[in-house]
Amino acid sequence: MALTIQEVEHVALLARLKLDDDEKELFAAQLSSILDYANRLNELSTEDVEPLVHILPIYNVFREDEVQPGTPREEILSNAPLLEDNQYKVPKII
Amino acid sequence: MELYELTLHELQDKLQKKETSSEEITRSVFSRINQVEDKVKSFITVIDKETVLKKARESDESGKFTGVTGIPYGLKDLFCTRGVLTTCASNMLANYIPTHSSTAVSKLEEQKGIMVGKLNMDEFAMGSSTETSAFFPTRNPWDLDRMPGGSSGGSAAAVRADEVIFSLGSDTGGSIRQPASFCGVVGLKPTYGRVSRSGVVAFASSLDQVGVFSKDVEDCAIVLKTISGYDPLDSTSVNIEVPDYTTYLDGDIKGMKIGYPREYFEQGVTEDIKQAVFKALKKFEELGAIVEEVSLPHSEYALPAYYLIAPAEASTNMAKFDGVRFGYRNISADNVIDMFCNSRSDSFGDEVKRRIMLGTYALSSGYYDAYYLKALKVRRLIANDFDKVFKDFDIIISPTTPNTAFKIGQQDDPLALYMNDILTVPVNMAGLPGMSIPCGFSNGLPIGMQLIGKPFAEGSILKAAYAFEQNTDYHKVKPDLGVK
Amino acid sequence: MAQEFETVIGLEVHAELKTATKIFCSCSTAFGSEPNTQVCPICSGFPGTLPVLNKKVVELAIRTGLALHSEIPEFCKFDRKNYFYPDLAKAYQISQYDLPICKGGYLDIEVNGSKKRIGINRAHMEEDAGKLVHQGDITTTPFSLVDLNRSGIPLLEIVSEPDMSSAAEARTYLEKLRAILLFAGVSDCKMQEGSLRCDANVSVKPVGQKELGTRTEIKNLNSFRALERAIEYEAKRHTCLLEDGDGDKIIQETRTWDEEKQETRSMRSKEEANDYRYFPDPDLPPLKIKQEWIKEIKNSMPELPEIAEERLVKDCGLPEYDASIITMTPESLAFFDGCVKSYSDAKTISNWIMGDLTRLLNQNNIELTDCKITPDSLVSMLKMIDDGKISGKMAKDIFEDMFNTGKNPEVIVKEKGMVQISDEQTLVPILEDIIANNPRAVEDYKSGKKKAMGAMVGQVMKATKGQANPALVNKLLQQLLGR
Repeated sequence: MALTIQEVEHVALLARLKLDDDEKELFAAQLSSILDYANRLNELSTEDVEPLVHILPIYNVFREDEVQPGTPREEILSNAPLLEDNQYKVPKII
Repeated sequence: MELYELTLHELQDKLQKKETSSEEITRSVFSRINQVEDKVKSFITVIDKETVLKKARESDESGKFTGVTGIPYGLKDLFCTRGVLTTCASNMLANYIPTHSSTAVSKLEEQKGIMVGKLNMDEFAMGSSTETSAFFPTRNPWDLDRMPGGSSGGSAAAVRADEVIFSLGSDTGGSIRQPASFCGVVGLKPTYGRVSRSGVVAFASSLDQVGVFSKDVEDCAIVLKTISGYDPLDSTSVNIEVPDYTTYLDGDIKGMKIGYPREYFEQGVTEDIKQAVFKALKKFEELGAIVEEVSLPHSEYALPAYYLIAPAEASTNMAKFDGVRFGYRNISADNVIDMFCNSRSDSFGDEVKRRIMLGTYALSSGYYDAYYLKALKVRRLIANDFDKVFKDFDIIISPTTPNTAFKIGQQDDPLALYMNDILTVPVNMAGLPGMSIPCGFSNGLPIGMQLIGKPFAEGSILKAAYAFEQNTDYHKVKPDLGVK
Repeated sequence: MAQEFETVIGLEVHAELKTATKIFCSCSTAFGSEPNTQVCPICSGFPGTLPVLNKKVVELAIRTGLALHSEIPEFCKFDRKNYFYPDLAKAYQISQYDLPICKGGYLDIEVNGSKKRIGINRAHMEEDAGKLVHQGDITTTPFSLVDLNRSGIPLLEIVSEPDMSSAAEARTYLEKLRAILLFAGVSDCKMQEGSLRCDANVSVKPVGQKELGTRTEIKNLNSFRALERAIEYEAKRHTCLLEDGDGDKIIQETRTWDEEKQETRSMRSKEEANDYRYFPDPDLPPLKIKQEWIKEIKNSMPELPEIAEERLVKDCGLPEYDASIITMTPESLAFFDGCVKSYSDAKTISNWIMGDLTRLLNQNNIELTDCKITPDSLVSMLKMIDDGKISGKMAKDIFEDMFNTGKNPEVIVKEKGMVQISDEQTLVPILEDIIANNPRAVEDYKSGKKKAMGAMVGQVMKATKGQANPALVNKLLQQLLGR
């Protein structure tokens, strides 16, 4: 199967990646060939097969509702690219 | 013999007998790094020598030597280290300094192990060659024109070049075993859930597992014991007692049932590698093991399923790198969507972008069932194959990789490079412990043998590996880096 | 004949669960702290962090499910909902997609005397996002600031069936749901603090038509009033478009309620349709909920409003209406229960609670929990009325004083010298005086004009500054005049 440039653009927007035209071409071709390869899975009948998400048979892993001190603000904010009033500053949303 | 050439257990022995000190060992390791790092380029960050020596003196002063106490080690640069640059070999995190350390690292610190630096890797662990590192490729100590494998290439190369005594890596589809094989060291990926993933930057959460690179099997057992165990910060770590893995190292494998899957000797495996592994299987027979051919019929589907599941999980794990709270931000964007898109595109390499794209596609509306869900079902079939074999066999043995190390810059078709993981990926899909140990050479390059165990039976593969190691010399052969 | 239309409404309610810590990390959930002071690498979405589920969240979710007659399936799991937004730390929200913790259920409401059962579709656990602060309006702000204190606060999203057909029904449903959540102790339900949030799905269709009309989702409904107004506005908007044959102008979209302009507005941006790419979160093992656990939670369930209401009607003899008002919050029920255990006239108690008490609380914008009047002090006052120590009229003033000062009624009465004069020896000379000074009224009374008595009582009250016991004055006057 071949991915169209439009599909690549749609996926790139979902993934918040900006691609130039060369990258779109390249990814369309490369993703198509990987997906072709993935289509080999259709040789297998999996109708009654339960999907495997968690390999370990473990359930109900909990934490008690007890407060621990958070990370000091100056520490947690120390990696931020841009701050104002101790908050992360981002450009306009709409 | 220089101290840096010794194994962990040899050094620990000397420390306990007061024949040397951690400070001396650390100085020795630093002198080795000075000698060979320019050639091998294993490290992204080497910690300031005085800082490390201070730590070494502290461990000497504690006077209590056990496990990894006083032993210099390195970490793949995706282990978060409090106050120490953690880049994941990406421009996205080129300046990222974590506020917390990973649990595995904390456990090494509790025993006063000596961290000397952070090791190169494929960007965000996506790759099999360490060439996707945003900074520079690492060289294979056996042939500096070749790559060390990946994604934990720096961790394997550093151990083989004697720049560290042991190192930690992570393995999502073979990222410990494949570079261990290419560099001729011991590499072990434990059972999913054996070692905490907390503080390890995630690639594919249901497949990632932290593991060990070491010079021999005994060292591997010691480090594994140190880093294993339940962690309340990782809900997928398992509360099963951690045995003293060194107790399995008795060399007695009489009656052990070893299966070798016929499918793992097809799939484009080179003749040299086949012969080396068959020869090793003979050795196991000589040592009293029962060796039989077995079948894992769905093996060929593991790789295509993996290249849907891993990118799908990766695509959402990588979403947090959005330029808001940490990491690189493109500051020219005047609105949030452009800020997200530009920050990510500026700072992620091609392989990361490719996998994010692939994973996003596999999860997107209209394709989820055909790709992601289908892959999860196939994953079940693969796990069932192993279950069946393990009803009758104690361990499974195969080649680790179909070929030996490539030349740097040789591969530009991503799919061809993915094929390199074909023998290691099924083990992650089934969550099993797997290790690679040296078992021969082909044109001067190491060959690795993969040992696969039942869930949480790391002891049994260590036992078999140890028995093999005691009766062969492959682990003692070291590359000549022309500096001695 | 003009076509008749009917409105179809479903509500999605987000209730903040009452826990000390966040859903996946140990940071505090306390409201109103300085920005980014209740955060850690986990709720800030830093690399390498992993979620660990707060057990209390699951307990409270199950408790809610039981209160809403839901099924608690044996198996449930968490999924990632993927979308980029600056306040969503990991760029995915951990939520529950196809296997929620509560399935089905219902809640009974009563509007204008008719009862109706509203179906619950599901309830699922999820984490809240952070808070975005804009400079003014989101559409004009040059930049925004992100505070992650709220990121990771546990929410239960409760989705109703589209079973409501008017704004009043929707309001009543939300009031009833709020009462249940409050009684079950699962949420504080403070709409102004955002611990109870509501989105409404509204569609309109010709009466009798089975197929639903195109629905719109209204967000930003921060009060009961906003909910009611917004639904009324939106239903009217749909109906007008349908009547004009412009039904195709109703598009499935998200709209926001503009409190100032009292209208709904489209929130559509040119952004692509969302594709959340839900998939099971590999970091969180699924849940297997055993019957024993459910039983344990059921056994510790506090009294729910519908059961309390029945008790008030049956055991205390309250009218149904009064019982439904008293059981709107656990606090008012506790107040009532606190009174009724030492005062048997339940209706009088509910009159005071629903009347003067509610009026004063509303006027002063005070919660019952912060009110200075206690059930004991109210009962003391009621007993003083019964004993003739104060009049009903005096009680109203005393009650307001109690509300403002928190003093006991006895103290207020004493301080203000407000004790009712119920002593004949004090009253008789006053009455004799008034009789002597009002020969005309006395004449009238004696000639059969009973009304003249009223004027004289009035004079007595005036003379005693309202403190004379009116019943006793009447009795004594009759005696004196009849002599």
